[in-house]
Formats: sequence, structure tokens, C-alpha cells
Amino acid sequence: MRVVVWIVEGSWEACILRARELVPADAEVTLLHVSASDVEELAAHPGPGRLGPRRHPPPGPNIHEISEAEAQSLLASARERLGRPAELVSRRGRVEREVIEACEGSDLLVLARDGEPRREPKSLGRRSRFVVDHAGCAVLLVWAQEPRGPESIHWPPHLR
Amino acid sequence: MSETLALVALVASLAAAVARPRWAPDWAVATLAAVIVVAAGALSLHGARSALGRLGPTVGFLAALLVLADGCRRAAVFDALGALMAIGAGGRPRRLLAMVFLVAAGTTAVLSLDATIVLLTPIVFATAARLRASPRPHVYACSHLANTASLLLPVSNLTNLLAFSASGVSFTRFAELMVLPWLAALAIEWLVLARTFADDLRTTSEAVDETATRPPVPAFALTVVGLTLGGFAVSSAVGVAPVWFATAGAVALTVRERPATGELVRAAEPTFLVFVLALGVIVAAAGSHGLSSVVDSLVPHGTDLPALLGVAAVSAVLANLVNNLPATLILVPVVATSAPGGLLAMLIGVNVGPNLTYVGSLATLLWRRIVHAHDEDVDTAQFLKLGVLTVPAILVVSTAALWLALQVV
Repeated sequence: MRVVVWIVEGSWEACILRARELVPADAEVTLLHVSASDVEELAAHPGPGRLGPRRHPPPGPNIHEISEAEAQSLLASARERLGRPAELVSRRGRVEREVIEACEGSDLLVLARDGEPRREPKSLGRRSRFVVDHAGCAVLLVWAQEPRGPESIHWPPHLR
Repeated sequence: MSETLALVALVASLAAAVARPRWAPDWAVATLAAVIVVAAGALSLHGARSALGRLGPTVGFLAALLVLADGCRRAAVFDALGALMAIGAGGRPRRLLAMVFLVAAGTTAVLSLDATIVLLTPIVFATAARLRASPRPHVYACSHLANTASLLLPVSNLTNLLAFSASGVSFTRFAELMVLPWLAALAIEWLVLARTFADDLRTTSEAVDETATRPPVPAFALTVVGLTLGGFAVSSAVGVAPVWFATAGAVALTVRERPATGELVRAAEPTFLVFVLALGVIVAAAGSHGLSSVVDSLVPHGTDLPALLGVAAVSAVLANLVNNLPATLILVPVVATSAPGGLLAMLIGVNVGPNLTYVGSLATLLWRRIVHAHDEDVDTAQFLKLGVLTVPAILVVSTAALWLALQVV
């Protein structure tokens, strides 16, 4: 069994916790992080075409190097927390697309709900919604926060 | 004939600035075009000299500010700001966004939008990544606030410097009138950005402890910047032009840090300064041959609220068509007749307007589409959506705030 765990800043610990509990011991686990290329590009060139001083970026590591180093560090922390061998994969690009492509040939994708926990039904954000809709494998959705009980649900009239 | 020549010169200079061909740098094209305009008699030598005389002090002021900001970079002010944001965030992305707002608004207001764009944004990206927070909301905030937060002080944006020299108001009076519009603009940006990026601002994971990497506080540079600001505030009371305080600040940092001469000259961006001067001459020629009267007929006059809203709207549209620097040069002489209200409303339009398009203007956007420039990675749809949500609202609310300030301050 091949399992991909999508590691996202802010919610990765919940994913790792559930993966430890639910993923079979003999599964091949890949920890995946995707750096958003549009954000990197915006940080590196925040005002292209603006008629202003054309300063060269200050010396030091560039945005891409910083991003890659932090992604590797996050993946290493995730593997440590997972407590078992796992392949670490760091991709860069449009996030939704990269996750879908990285899941090809896998049996299970583990990801966290990243939407608004109090304003159901939007428990999925824009990017995870797309991934859930288009992933070619089974999906394990974990709550990033403690889930709220059924008493918190605003039941629509026909279900009351 | 003169009219056509001046307009061709203007279009050629803008095209060079937007397309940036290697074989024809914008400053060279603009300078050549300005010389041709004067040689052909489209602008008298006297007219050119008076345009340069008007712009000279402003361009000198800009050079001093650029050197001051670069001195701050060398003194590691921006690294210290990164650490400050990390500590203030306390591991919570929403608080990090609040810190980014504070720091980006402050940096833009005091050291100008260029400091935020070139020097602060990479630091913000690195800080968010190190804190294991999604950099997305914070980087978009920097990009937006570089424009929006440049309303406050005459030194926050070159457009402000150009209007300031024509406005006849003091540095403090400018800030008093613009503080309400500035705060209103920041509030709208906060509402829109915090809501749009709510997915990225939620978290359950632990924060990374940043205290181990806390850099030293660059006390000297911060003191110099503080004293420079203090100098701006008292400039009209003591009868010394603000440019001299900026120069003193730039000299103080330069003497302390002793950068290589080449580095110092590069920091002042001489080619850009030449471009501004040449563009000023060309716009003066175009203005005297009909451009001013065309713009004059488009721009409402007066300082009642509808007139101010009209000025802000026309300015935002013009900035989006041709970039905000040429828009300002064209508009300043027209709206100077209703100073300071009209001038300040114009600034709201030309400073906030460019947030509509990621690249600064529709002209640039079209050009980059044509040549498939390397920004295909940037999410233009996301940027446009944020622009549509913020720019019109800020134009209306900030201009109303300006009108209110003009009544009571």
C-alpha cells in the first residue's frame, strides 16, 4: 500500500497523528510538501513593471532557497513525529496541481481539513476542496482541530 | 506638430520603461526624447529649465531617501524587523499578519514603498516560512500595503513627493490630513486580506521558538531614522526644508557604515533619477500642448466630497492606464489649483489604484501578456480579485476620510 501524507503548515501535526494511528505498518509512506510558486514569485518580484527604482535584491539566500530549506526542515520534523521511515518529497508549483500529480499511483492520500471549523459545511478550504474533488486515490480527511459534536450542527429544515 | 511630437516622446519613454529593451534603457530613451522635444521647439529652453528646476529638489529628496533606506538595510534593520514580527506573532498566523501590517505600514510610510517592496518582502517571506506559517497572506499583504500604506507621509511615495512640492502645505499638515485616509485604507486591507486568506491563517500546530536567533537591535540606524522623522516634523517650524533632514540622515548612515562608492551610487538609483527628470520635461511639453487642458476637462474641480471622489477615481484610472508616475506628473499641475484637497485626493487615486493590477498598469499587463514575460507563476486572478475587493472601497472610504479631515483638522 502506498500512502501520501500532505504536509501543510499549520495542520501537519494532526495529519501525522492520524497517519500514525490509521496507516498500516507495512505501507510505504511519502510525506509531501508543496511550496506555492505564485507566492514565491510575488515575494521575489513584488512590483514588476512599476516605474520605480530597480534595486537589485539584497545579497543573501534567495526566496527559492529559503523556501526549499524550510520545506525540508518541516518534512524532517514531520518524519520524526511520524516515527517510521518515510520518503520526503518537496515540490514547487501550483499547490492543487502538484498534490494531485504526486498522488498518482498511490492508494491513499491523508490531508487535513483546512476550512472554517465553526462555519460548516465549509470545512474544506479552496485548495483542499480541489484536491479532494480530483484525487485519483482514496482520501483520508482528518480534523485539524477537535471536531465539534452533532449538537453544534445547524440542521437544515428537512433533517430536523 | 509640437503636440504630436510631445505625445510621441511621452509614449516612447513609457514604452521603454514598460518593455525594458536591453538596447534602449528607459532613462536613455526618455533623455533623448526630452532633448528632441526641446531641440524641436515643442518646449522652450526656459520651459525645460523651469520644469527641471521644479523637479530637481524632489529628485534630490528621493535620492537621499533611497540612500537612507539602503543604509537601514546594511545596518540589518530589516532583519531586526523580521525577528520583531516573529516574536510578536507568538506562533499564531493571524497575529503574524497583524505584525506584518504594522511593520509594512510603518516601513512604507517612513522609508517609502520601495523599501517595503525590495527590502522588507523577502524578510517577511523568510519569517513566515521559518515560523512554519503559510507565507501567502503575508506576502500578499506586503505587496498591497506597499501601495496602500504609502498615503501617510510626503516621503512614503515618489508621487507624494511630487505633489508635496506643489501643495504648499507643511510636512506635518500633510500627515495630519492623510492619517485618517491612511488608517481607513489599512482597515479595509485588513478586512479583505484576513478574510480572503482565512484558510492560510488557521492553525493547530506548534510554533517554532525564534528567541534563539534574535539579532541585535540596530540602535544607531533606528535613532537616525527617528531623528530624521523628527526633523521632518519640525521642518516648517524651524524653516529648514525636509530634504535637508533626509540628507543628514543619509549622510549619518553612510559615514557610520562606509559603503563602497559604487554601492552608494547604485543605492541612489541615478538612472531612475534621470528618467524622472526627463519624463518631467516631456510631460511639461505635452502639458503645454493640450494634454493639460484635456486632463483638466476630465478632472472635477473644487474640494467638496463629490469633486474629491471624482479626482480620486480619474487618478486611479489614469494610473492604471499609464502607471502612477506619469499619471502624477500629468495630474499635479491640473489639480494643484485645488490644493491641498484635490492634490491629496489625486494621491489616493494614484497610490492605491495600482493595486488593481499586479504589474502596476494595464499597459504593462498587456505588454507582459504579449511577450509572455516570466510572471506566469503569479496568480493574476487572485491579485485581480483582491484588487477589486480593496481598491474601489479604499478610494471611496479614504477620500471620504480626507474630506472629513479637511473639514475638522
